[in-house]
Amino acid sequence: MKLSEVMLELDATTLNGEDKLNGEIARCGASDLMSDVLARPTDGTLLMTGLTTVQTVRTAKIAGVVAVVFVRGKRPAPEVIKVAQAEGMPLFSSPYSMFVCCGRLHARGLAGLDGRR
Amino acid sequence: MRGVDLYDHPPYARNLADGGSNQTVCRYMASLKKFFFIKARDFVHAGEASIHIQNLLKSMHLDPALIRRIAICSYEGEMNAVIHGGDGILNVNIESNRLTLEIIDEGPGIQDIQLAMQPGYSTAPEEAREMGFGAGMGLPNMKKNADDILIESEPGKRTRACMTFFLGLTKEVQ
Ligand SMILES: Nc1ncnc2c1ncn2[C@@H]1O[C@H](COP(=O)(O)OP(=O)(O)O)[C@@H](O)[C@H]1O
Ligand SMILES: [Mg+2]
Repeated sequence: MKLSEVMLELDATTLNGEDKLNGEIARCGASDLMSDVLARPTDGTLLMTGLTTVQTVRTAKIAGVVAVVFVRGKRPAPEVIKVAQAEGMPLFSSPYSMFVCCGRLHARGLAGLDGRR
Repeated sequence: MRGVDLYDHPPYARNLADGGSNQTVCRYMASLKKFFFIKARDFVHAGEASIHIQNLLKSMHLDPALIRRIAICSYEGEMNAVIHGGDGILNVNIESNRLTLEIIDEGPGIQDIQLAMQPGYSTAPEEAREMGFGAGMGLPNMKKNADDILIESEPGKRTRACMTFFLGLTKEVQ
């Protein structure tokens, strides 16, 4: 699924990465635990999280996450968006809860980190 | 160009696309050392050193899975120094066949390393937990991803985490 389609499905706002909306993802993870993001096969995936600190962006970058969706309308501080711009990490904000974001993307055929649905 | 023939060509030079501008640099590069300062409790900059290393390795066209293992170990070690340790230094040493990461901090040290290595063991403060750290999975994750790991500590003085990666080998992680 293209990132642009993900954004439509989640009614999300793009906070960074307008130029990367053609990127494809097939697997997603949802977590507020950065330790988990680092310990699981998250490379090439979409991360949904409620944590908006700069460490979310750096963790995503290190782990090879393709894009980050902040749930429940959360938005990181401008400094965090600046870091994402510097690192080329697309950031989105969706008004839906973590549960609803996951449900919507699962219904569209996206799989979990291990590829299972 | 004297001395070039004394060195083996690094394995990653062979992976480079033909004609890439990095090719010559990598082929003749025998070793590369870099170091970064780490500041305790500086959560604004924490992780920058590891991202720098990750970008450096990408520019050398190392295997992406290997880069990920190295970047994760570097970041977990860097975050540990920031969260639990004291001010310190991160050394990266890239040689033709291996890469070593060394993270030394002058923090309180680790009383019981065996215990610290146990999955789930954590003394992380609330501040770190609020950023999604403190699950007690960092040291086990470093062990899982490195080809070799050594954690040393002088309680009350310092901690040293040293990790080695063999550049020619592939390690299956999960
Ligand atoms: N550099 C360090 N200095 C002091 N203590 C450390 C250091 N690194 C790790 N530790 C200790 O080891 C524990 C486990 O570390 P880790 O597995 O990375 O989990 P976490 O960072 O989530 O607590 C930490 O909670 C801390 O008590
Ligand atoms: Mg840790």
